[in-house]
Amino acid sequence: MSKLLEVNNLSVDYITLKGAVRAVDNVSFSIEEEQSMGLAGESGCGKSTIAYSLMRLHRPPALIADGSIKLGGREILKMETDELRKFRWEHISMVFQSAMNCLNPVVKLEKQFFEIYKNHGITNNRSEARTLAEELIQIVGIPKERLNDYPHQFSGGMRQRVVIAMALALKPKLLIMDEPTTALDTVVQREILQRVYELKKDLKFSILFITHDLSLMMEFCDNVSIMYAGKLVEQAPSRTILKNPQHPYSYGLKNSFPSLHGEIEYMEGIPGSPLNMSNIPEGCRFQDRCFRAQDICFKVVPPRNHRGNDFYDCHNPMGTLTGSKN
Amino acid sequence: MMTMEKIEKHPLFKFLRDNPKATVGIFLIAMILILTLGAPIFTKFEAGFRSDQYRVAPNGEFILGTTQLGRDVWAQTLYGGRTSLMVGVMAGVIAVTLSTIIGITAGYFGGIVDGIITTIINIAMVIPQIPLLLIIAALMGGVSPLLIGILIGFTSWAWGARVLRSQTMSIRNREFIYSAETLGESKFRRLFAEVMPNMLSMMSSAFVGTIVYAIMAQATLEYIGFGDPLSVTWGTMLYNAQNTAALQTGAWWELLGPCLGLIVLGSGLTLINFSIDELSNPKLKAQRIMAGYYKARKAEKTYAEAGAENE
Amino acid sequence: MDKKPIFSVKNVVMDFEISGKNLFSKKRTLRALNDVSFDLYPGESLAVVGESGCGKSTLCRIAMRFYKPTKGQMLYHDECCHSFRGYALKNYKQKVQMIFQDPFSSLNPLHSIYYHLKRPLQLYHKHKSAELKKKMDESLEMVGLVPAEEQGRKYPHQLSGGQKQRAFLARIMAIGADVIFADEPTSMLDVSIRLGVLNLMNKLKKEMGKSFLYITHDIATARYFADRIIVLYSGHMVEWGDVDEVIKHPVHPYTKLLISAAPDPERETLAKLEVADDVEKEVTMWTPESRGCPFQNRCPVAESRCRETFPEAVEVKKNQFVRCIHAESI
Repeated sequence: MSKLLEVNNLSVDYITLKGAVRAVDNVSFSIEEEQSMGLAGESGCGKSTIAYSLMRLHRPPALIADGSIKLGGREILKMETDELRKFRWEHISMVFQSAMNCLNPVVKLEKQFFEIYKNHGITNNRSEARTLAEELIQIVGIPKERLNDYPHQFSGGMRQRVVIAMALALKPKLLIMDEPTTALDTVVQREILQRVYELKKDLKFSILFITHDLSLMMEFCDNVSIMYAGKLVEQAPSRTILKNPQHPYSYGLKNSFPSLHGEIEYMEGIPGSPLNMSNIPEGCRFQDRCFRAQDICFKVVPPRNHRGNDFYDCHNPMGTLTGSKN
Repeated sequence: MMTMEKIEKHPLFKFLRDNPKATVGIFLIAMILILTLGAPIFTKFEAGFRSDQYRVAPNGEFILGTTQLGRDVWAQTLYGGRTSLMVGVMAGVIAVTLSTIIGITAGYFGGIVDGIITTIINIAMVIPQIPLLLIIAALMGGVSPLLIGILIGFTSWAWGARVLRSQTMSIRNREFIYSAETLGESKFRRLFAEVMPNMLSMMSSAFVGTIVYAIMAQATLEYIGFGDPLSVTWGTMLYNAQNTAALQTGAWWELLGPCLGLIVLGSGLTLINFSIDELSNPKLKAQRIMAGYYKARKAEKTYAEAGAENE
Repeated sequence: MDKKPIFSVKNVVMDFEISGKNLFSKKRTLRALNDVSFDLYPGESLAVVGESGCGKSTLCRIAMRFYKPTKGQMLYHDECCHSFRGYALKNYKQKVQMIFQDPFSSLNPLHSIYYHLKRPLQLYHKHKSAELKKKMDESLEMVGLVPAEEQGRKYPHQLSGGQKQRAFLARIMAIGADVIFADEPTSMLDVSIRLGVLNLMNKLKKEMGKSFLYITHDIATARYFADRIIVLYSGHMVEWGDVDEVIKHPVHPYTKLLISAAPDPERETLAKLEVADDVEKEVTMWTPESRGCPFQNRCPVAESRCRETFPEAVEVKKNQFVRCIHAESI
């Protein structure tokens, strides 16, 4: 599979009264075709900033300071306004956090779909658009008659499905989902995510799944990237992160989710609080909360250790946990 | 010794430097206060003094010239300012006291109390204030500045009460109020120690806003002739200027004094109001953040932001 | 259990009047809780798990006396909590407290942490001022907010979400509560901090004998923290018992659904959600006129019996109860 999305050295700043705060620092990752990548991290780590930057939806005071974002070989950061507008939604689309509130409350669903098709030059014909929309809305499991309703007549879960249908309307190659199910109950959450993954197989798109819920991500993503304080600290297949994480933060994060099987053991989570981004220490950013910190971690920025396609940035990684070879 | 470094580190200096609106506002108001309260220092004439130089343009002796009746405009502006200020502040105090008591009571106690009070507020809001003041003034045959102040105070509390009521309601529903209730704090304690401190910024904003309104309303009333023509305030100065056809005869200086006074005082107070808003919600310091943003964008070697259409 | 329960809920029914779609339609009655009964023993934690709309928050509010139950009672030490007056009421308020979901609005932003601890100590324990400071520092150390002096002087906005919840727990400990209703205390916190707060609650439970009613939608943390569990659906207790037994061997179809829906990284294949295939995949509203089993619309094994008979509680194992017609045959 070839690379669909290539992000290299992306840095995003937020301009505040006290100067620029670098929310995303030199982040590089790639997603292949028909692959799902999870981006995990806690609040303030920069993952939503990355999501918005990928589509250049970031608003002042956010500023892309450096880097390159290529989708299918085309450099997004160099596109002109018109080119970009066409590019968005046709090649890359996004489902936002609490997307159910993104629907226009005074416009019927049918019209909202029509506007998508009209704005992208697919069709100007109302009934043609309706046919397309009916097909689309049925793949997310909503009966086609409901196109005549207003958003408030749907429950939260159903609105989320509608938003996902809209995001897939133009058959993009990459779907970004930013905490798509945080506001929903577990059962609805699972139904929606399983549906999206079936669709991924049928329509052949890639997914960038952003969430703080690592256990959910493990189930649904092929690869996982872990972010801490603006930097990407580890990237590996989800099985590897589950069984053999290298970075102590990944290890701690994995251990923040009590299991439904096995013995009920005491678990620590990660002591301390997320880093204050205007006060970045020398050396490794995770130093204050790391149980494996050594002297060098307080002075030198950790190097990137590669392991095939995966990597981790750490002076003192976990090593092999089970004793078996990788 | 107060060296430059010491001054720069002083918290007051920092505050003034980081809040330009407050600095300018405070400066303007301080200027007015010094000039009006220290009037005898700045002019040797008294307010009621009549010279024998009628309608003389500004010159060395009469800084802002004289009126039709030979009064010194500068002296009148300074002494008159005292009255205008006093009236404004008094009206502000009365109005804010009323709107605070009424608004917070309605918002906090809810239920029937809220229902009754809201009806009263709505009635008070619907009645147009200036015509009401005019009617009362006409019935009383012209009113002194003091009376105008009281009248304005008693008729302009409604909007503030409404705002404070909704703010109280939103705070009342926050969990820390429930927590105080489950803790067992008495109703009064909850009101004064928990709810009110969270409303101070809104209350001070209402206070400053009402003062501006009161000063303008007073000047308006007097300008139309419902004040006491024998008193000296900025409004009566304008009234007299109007009645003696000052503009038509080219005596612009007669209007300059009171107008400048009103503008400077009004702007100063409004700037302070903006500054209070910015202090309580730092995100409002948008202009400075955006200035920093544009500077950073120019400096960067990067990309045309999708930008133009998003802003 | 030979101990007596410290808090009991007996056959509580809670109805709410909600207005109809317009001015002229009749008011409808929503039955938020139907025949809910359980006991909470000293030093134990009881989890109440369910999706939104199941009535778990209503339970808290009734216990805090914001509402009076339409039928049934809540008992504290065998006395109805809604009949307390005067000194007994003050005692109840002291001993039964609640933690809120949103750490950002549970503390007054204009008061320091010390103030938040001082008030309860002043209201409930008559301490002299020197003693007061010592007691406050002790509370802060107990919840892990150290150094106490530094953290006590801070204001809420200077603390992280997890620290705010700890400060709130310190306040509750300072009040002297024995029964704590925790309404989703960790769902708004960062994931790496949640376990810290739960571990603290566990410590308070084991070392100080406090009782917790832990309300959550996250069944995994319920297993981690609680001793017993109640599964709530549409205001009904559908399964309850020892937490490990219920989760390892669920009997009620809804419990099975919740468990298979919960994220499980060790799962090899995608979960199979056993639910009737119907469009309205949300929790149904219950009214006083409703008949049959509350789960009838979504249950994969529903029969015609389920639409008419209200299932009674059946003890399927020692300390495991289920409300399902099919359980009777086990």
